[in-house]
Amino acid sequence: MAFLDVSNLTKSYGANTVVKGVSFAFDKGEFISLLGPSGCGKTTILRMIAGFETPSSGTIMVDGQDITGLKPNQRKLGMVFQAYALFPNLNVGDNIGFGLKISGVPAEERRARVADMLKLIGLPGFEKRYPYEMSGGQQQRVALARAIAPRPRMLLLDEPLSALDAKIRVSLREEIRAIQRELGITTVFVTHDQEEALSISDRIVVMNAGNIEQLGAPHDIYNMPRTRFVATFVGQLNNLDATVVDPAAQTVSLDGQVITVPNLPASSTAGAAIVLTVRPEVLSIGQRQGNELALHGTVEDVTFLGSVIRIRVALGRNVVSLDTFNDQRAAPPQRGAPIEITLAGKDLLVLAN
Amino acid sequence: MKQNRFWAWVVFLAGAAYFIVPLVATFEFSLRMRRGYYSFDSYASVFSDPNFQTTFGYSVVIGILAIIVGIVVVVPAVYFVRLRMPWLRPVMEFITLLPLIIPAIILVYGYIRLYNSSSIIPFTGSALGTDILLVFAYVTLALPYTYRAVDTGMRTIDVQTLTEAAQIAGANTVQIITAIILPNILVAVLSGAFLTFAIVIGEFTIASLLNRPAFGPYLQNIGANRAYEPAALAIISFIITWGAMGMINVLGHFAPRTSARTD
Amino acid sequence: MTQPAAAASPRRRLSFEWLGVAPFIVFALMFLAFPTLYLLAGAFIGRDGQFTFDNIAALFTDQIIAAYWISIRISGASAILGAAIGLAMALAIIRGRLPAPLRAAVMTFSGVASNFAGVPLAFAFIATLGRLGLVTIILKTVFGFDLYRAGFNLLSFWGLTLTYLYFQIPLMLLIIAPAIDGLKKEWSEAAQILGASPWQFWRYIGLPILWPSVLGTLSLLFANAFGAIATAYGLTGSSLNIVPILLYAQIRGDALQNPGLGAALALGMVLITACANIIYLVISARAERWMK
Repeated sequence: MAFLDVSNLTKSYGANTVVKGVSFAFDKGEFISLLGPSGCGKTTILRMIAGFETPSSGTIMVDGQDITGLKPNQRKLGMVFQAYALFPNLNVGDNIGFGLKISGVPAEERRARVADMLKLIGLPGFEKRYPYEMSGGQQQRVALARAIAPRPRMLLLDEPLSALDAKIRVSLREEIRAIQRELGITTVFVTHDQEEALSISDRIVVMNAGNIEQLGAPHDIYNMPRTRFVATFVGQLNNLDATVVDPAAQTVSLDGQVITVPNLPASSTAGAAIVLTVRPEVLSIGQRQGNELALHGTVEDVTFLGSVIRIRVALGRNVVSLDTFNDQRAAPPQRGAPIEITLAGKDLLVLAN
Repeated sequence: MKQNRFWAWVVFLAGAAYFIVPLVATFEFSLRMRRGYYSFDSYASVFSDPNFQTTFGYSVVIGILAIIVGIVVVVPAVYFVRLRMPWLRPVMEFITLLPLIIPAIILVYGYIRLYNSSSIIPFTGSALGTDILLVFAYVTLALPYTYRAVDTGMRTIDVQTLTEAAQIAGANTVQIITAIILPNILVAVLSGAFLTFAIVIGEFTIASLLNRPAFGPYLQNIGANRAYEPAALAIISFIITWGAMGMINVLGHFAPRTSARTD
Repeated sequence: MTQPAAAASPRRRLSFEWLGVAPFIVFALMFLAFPTLYLLAGAFIGRDGQFTFDNIAALFTDQIIAAYWISIRISGASAILGAAIGLAMALAIIRGRLPAPLRAAVMTFSGVASNFAGVPLAFAFIATLGRLGLVTIILKTVFGFDLYRAGFNLLSFWGLTLTYLYFQIPLMLLIIAPAIDGLKKEWSEAAQILGASPWQFWRYIGLPILWPSVLGTLSLLFANAFGAIATAYGLTGSSLNIVPILLYAQIRGDALQNPGLGAALALGMVLITACANIIYLVISARAERWMK
């Protein structure tokens, strides 16, 4: 039986429905991300799980218990907020010990647990500090410790990294994942950052406009996006306008260049306009093993991104971006130069709109 | 959560009753002048009293003068302290808090002792001198409010950048203050002005101890000698205060909302 | 092109700045500092112009001590009740999820009521709770309860306190509302998800955070009531024995004219309000150790 079981969850504010009958189920110990643009309903779902919002309909079960009607303080969950939300009048030790104090854990035991937590988050001896004396990253780690100190059944993370600097964001997300693995605690993580979700999750729920677009492991979401929304929202993507030439031979015309597309649906008709999608990283410059398709174009722009160089190639009306590793021994392509790009036909996807 | 809301209503309604009942009672009382039925006789009596007209007029003039003097004293000081002498800020804050801590009666007693007819600056030696002293006293009373209004106004418009922009355009300091700063903080200054007016118009202690024919001492005198007119005057005073506060609210909608710096 | 003004020498610009600040400084010295200090120094000067403690000693008569005591009690009671009720009302309006327009209405009304002190306020309370006041009469005729026979008197400790609350509560509301707005919604949510009841949130988080602001306002309310004279004078004439009325009588020369004693009375008032502020500063310095 699933540990977290959300079924048919709906939330409306008046005529405006922000969560539209969402269902999902996850196992104990999983790290789940709710990913989507702002306003897609992901935060509302998290807040309904926490109990801050009441669902219009649907149920939320945790560990076999229906918690839909419980107050937040009866749910035994831990939560980390975007803006830290540490209690400014309490020092670090009292912040982390707050949940324990409320549930009546004796002072001695509380102190030991707080010290353990501080060791876990790498801030041993910080008990007497006040929140204002710490950096954002440190505060957010304390907030994490505060959330898990009372041994909650589940951990809810509401965009906990978005207020932090880019570097701390990466190191803290790795730390959160390590702690989560160590404790084996089921975690629901809300984010609008696809890179964050891909790097940290066991499974991802991609949401748009109150609906689930796709639910799956990170590599499935990235490599096999089921909808156009998922394909464009997760990762970089080239959209190419093409025309079907011969459905039987699976050939299409892309700015006059005819190529074979193995994924072309059999139902296509000759002359129909379709959209082909391809990730920048599967495209290569020049011939390469396994790349049976070749396209010819002109280098339009070259962007240096450090370890990667992004090249924009004009094929005609279509422009495609491709990423290539920065090879220090080779000069990057020049703008205006003719270029041949190759790819494997299986990487070309025909998307349902 | 429902319970929470229930208690909020209880607290609100109890408080509202405490504040509304005296107003209703006062209004009812002011209508009782004629035996047997309600009438506006007490209001008619008040408005036809020449002393009402002269004392009210006197207080209005003194109040307007106090507003003008207050602006002249406060605006340049706040401007230069914000712009060039930020280290003076705590001193200004402290000084402008003093009138809230030193009671008015002590201030006016100090004035009477220090500026009597035999002193170097004999303010109280003549009627005109005492009028001037009264204006200054009211500026002092209103100082905390004027200062805060002007300071808030200057914070919202980012004085530094405006000044630098004006200097690049060739304006001198007087031009900057009168043509750039004042118009931009006009709403804040006017809010402070209406608050000053509300405080000053019925002020009793200072006017009475300086023996000036102001509205406050007139009110007290009527209270000691009449039965129904005081209630009418209380209602009139309440409406005047409400008008001044209402003006501040209305002005708030015209306040500049740009804030280039949020420090 | 002429030379821009900014090219003027630094010295000239500095003096120009001082010219702008000077009126304020002169004003503060002439109408705040000098008169107050001159008056307070007078407390130590006898009729013969010599230094003396006689004026201070003269304060220790039964009447004057009683006046100070009742002033302190009225100011203390109206400040504490005003702060408590004002805080409760502010919390109800801001955090109690009452309809939003109520808040705007209450804040506007508070602006009016906090400035509606003095003689007109006294009139209003006489018309309400005086012997012929509406509430007094309704209680007598409708409920058969004689307020005055039951021991109430508008010209008493409770009568005056009740009247002062009319401007103390709104003042508290106006000052504390921004502090309550500063309480982040996440703090209450974090406390809830950690298992705290609403009461526990206020007990451990909400009220401790508000505490310094409450204390600061409390000392302001105390000073506000302690120096108030117009309301009391309008209510009672000079019959009530509180310090400001005593001092008023001294200044008017209604009582035996003794400038030294008047100055000593004033000194006592300033010392007591200063004390209230020092107590506030000490407590808030301890309560605010978690602040920047």
